[in-house]
Amino acid sequence: MANPLTPKDRTKIPRQKMPEQEPEHRRQNFAEVNLGLNFHLATQEAMRCLECAHPKCVDGCPVGVKVKDFIALVLAGDYLAAAAKIREDDILPAITGRVCPQEDQCEGTCIMNKKFGAVGIGYLERFVADYERETGQIGLPPIAPPTGKKVAIVGSGPAGLSAAGDLIQKGHQVTVFEALHEIGGVLIYGIPEFRLPKEIVRQEVENMKRMGVEFQTNIVVGKTVTVDELLGEEGYHAVLVATGAGLPQFLGVPGENLCGVYSANEFLTRVNLMKAYKFPEYDEPIYDCRGRNVAVVGGGNTAMDAIRSALRLGAKNAYVIYRRSEAEMPARAEEVKHAREEGIQFLLLNNPVEFLGNDKGWLRAARCIKMELGLADESGRRRPVPIRGSEYELPLDVVIIAVGTSSNPLVQSTTPDLKTRKGGYIEADPETLKTSKVGVFGAGDIVTGAATVILAMGAGRKAAAAIDEYLRTGVW
Amino acid sequence: MGTDGFSIAEARFLAPDVKLFRIVAPRIARKQQPGQFVIVRIHEHGERIPLTVAESNPTDGTITLIVQGIGKTTKLLNRFDAGDIIPDVVGPLGRPSDIRLFGTVVVIGGGVGTAIAYPTAKALRGAGNHVITVLGARTKDLLVLENEARAISDEVFVTTDDGSYGEKGLVTDKLKALIAGERKIDLVLAIGPIPMMRAVAETTRPHGIKTLVSLNPIMVDGTGMCGGCRVQVAGRSQFACVDGPEFDAHEVDFDGLAKRNAMYREAERQALERFVSDPKPDLDLIRHRCKLEDVTPR
Ligand SMILES: Cc1cc2nc3c(=O)[nH]c(=O)nc-3n(C[C@H](O)[C@H](O)[C@H](O)COP(=O)(O)OP(=O)(O)OC[C@H]3O[C@@H](n4cnc5c(N)ncnc54)[C@H](O)[C@@H]3O)c2cc1C
Ligand code: SF4
Ligand code: FES
Repeated sequence: MANPLTPKDRTKIPRQKMPEQEPEHRRQNFAEVNLGLNFHLATQEAMRCLECAHPKCVDGCPVGVKVKDFIALVLAGDYLAAAAKIREDDILPAITGRVCPQEDQCEGTCIMNKKFGAVGIGYLERFVADYERETGQIGLPPIAPPTGKKVAIVGSGPAGLSAAGDLIQKGHQVTVFEALHEIGGVLIYGIPEFRLPKEIVRQEVENMKRMGVEFQTNIVVGKTVTVDELLGEEGYHAVLVATGAGLPQFLGVPGENLCGVYSANEFLTRVNLMKAYKFPEYDEPIYDCRGRNVAVVGGGNTAMDAIRSALRLGAKNAYVIYRRSEAEMPARAEEVKHAREEGIQFLLLNNPVEFLGNDKGWLRAARCIKMELGLADESGRRRPVPIRGSEYELPLDVVIIAVGTSSNPLVQSTTPDLKTRKGGYIEADPETLKTSKVGVFGAGDIVTGAATVILAMGAGRKAAAAIDEYLRTGVW
Repeated sequence: MGTDGFSIAEARFLAPDVKLFRIVAPRIARKQQPGQFVIVRIHEHGERIPLTVAESNPTDGTITLIVQGIGKTTKLLNRFDAGDIIPDVVGPLGRPSDIRLFGTVVVIGGGVGTAIAYPTAKALRGAGNHVITVLGARTKDLLVLENEARAISDEVFVTTDDGSYGEKGLVTDKLKALIAGERKIDLVLAIGPIPMMRAVAETTRPHGIKTLVSLNPIMVDGTGMCGGCRVQVAGRSQFACVDGPEFDAHEVDFDGLAKRNAMYREAERQALERFVSDPKPDLDLIRHRCKLEDVTPR
């Protein structure tokens, strides 16, 4: 159906509300918070699209999803075609629809955004992807005849997975090597079930297996096998390094090795990958948060994920300690909103300077200092400065450090001719993603530093195109 | 490999609760060097635990692990037998031991620490060192790898706490005697329970003898990703899985390590109790990969 409404009437329809679990209820379980639009809500939302001649949303999307076209297909009721349209540019729509920071991307540039509220592009993306999955009608793309070329992909996060998906279609033989026992990278070990059900990631991996991608878990490249061995005796013609930015950063303040102090990576890995929230049915333990005071330090998605997990594990008080103000918080707007609704307490313009322990080596409190915003720093954000004499003690049983991650050096340190830049990230051409080493490409967080799912996915696809060209032409 | 799991070629008890496993893991066997470890997960609901590789054979593609059944996972693992499959084994992880000619090296193994020390001792001997091995155990039954140690050492001493075998006393008593003896000692490698390693460090410190220990903090990934394995060494935070597991004993904060290792004591106790009183749920999880019949706890 074509949109029957005049543009003016379309602006009169309010942005549809995402049905969600009630805060009081959801803070006690790990099930997904957002329940997804139904057909009616999806149609209403799709009606709001003004069908701009030059859609700004497409410019706002890092991979240029044809937003206007797919929304028209939603309106026409052809959800499978809509999903296929998205997949032309974004092969993981059920995931990006849930985790993209839409307010900074497609929805941020949507013409409706300023006055009427952006079209719910993420909601619609999720809607059609879920429809496709639930009806079991994911159309697997055709596979080109075998080229006889072998590609090794190191790391199974969004960068590695998207590259694998593209390369297998081109007829290459693709093997993905993953250090952990499960495939998916941050999608599996980092982002919690209540935001991204693991079943969705597993389904995507299943599809790739059906297309012929081989997955080898429990292989740490650099330890179990090196990049040179992959290119040499193992007979791979190209290697893509997509190992992410998985190394946790700590604050470097006294008391950080006390029991009860976790990196967000450890806390989330225990909860998500190891299912510690189901202890003792699952073996991996996590500190019993029931009735305790738990804080996270940081203001990104990782911080929100960690503290909302702690809340679901039964924390009595759950705090976010962040040294800047809310405006500077890098987390998705929806996560901050959800966290507030669930009763997370925000200690903005606060910073821990020391962790204090008891005689058994357990955390008992954080000594925090209040901050104020000074002049802008090189990132353009106003720099937080401590307010002298404002220190106080916050009683805590658990604190989770979520102040960023850096590059894991295992591959770089065992591949001598692979050039890195500051911070140990791999140097790669922004267009071809070629590294300094012939036959080796790099994509995702290990090249850019910690970024987003969609950027990693986009980079993985760019790399796949360049790898395909290299394998076909032999020209480096 | 990887997704299909790792099959056990050989399994036998060395002592009550101490079992040797030879596991088919060709990639790991090819790369393994003394001092390195693997991380193992034994079923779909399992935790990830680090185990040091006692021996590796690149020719037949096997690695040998020696497992002391202490907690739930190790007790369950010790019910696995030849032919059974372990779903996840990843490695080799950690830095290899520094193998070169030091001169005279005293290798001290406490309990199953002997299994961890053994490959490094063997390599040190191969590098031309005079290797004196001191094996310590609470009692004779708990002594492991004595014959293997004899085969790769120039001298071997055994101490037991109760005097049931070898000399009655602690490994540090023997170490003191060796230090007081004729031979100049160039290196001490001590691997065992934390109190033992700490005691060895304090014994050698006044003499300025270089001393190494292999640490066993709680780990998750084993690749530097979680930071759970961090220990204070020379006042700095180090990740044992990538920066270690061997460190200079005189710089390690053993007290901090012991405290962090106690972090999940309550959960570990609960898990073990639950397993001992009803092992069925866990046995069901491994049944399809194991020939397990017997469901009575050992
Ligand atoms: C808790 C959390 C929440 C986030 N939330 C969002 C969000 O809401 N929206 C968003 O867009 N982004 C989010 N991000 C960021 C996003 O997840 C990452 O930018 C993205 O996953 C990067 O993808 P990648 O493929 O480069 O690496 P990763 O997803 O990090 O995957 C790398 C993989 O490589 C493996 N690996 C590493 N070293 C080796 C080796 N030597 N050998 C073999 N395998 C190896 C790792 O185990 C891992 O599985 C979040 C990140 C975290 C941690
Ligand atoms: S991929 Fe992300 S940014 Fe692009 S249209 Fe979809 S939700 Fe928006
Ligand atoms: S075990 Fe996770 S960093 Fe060492």
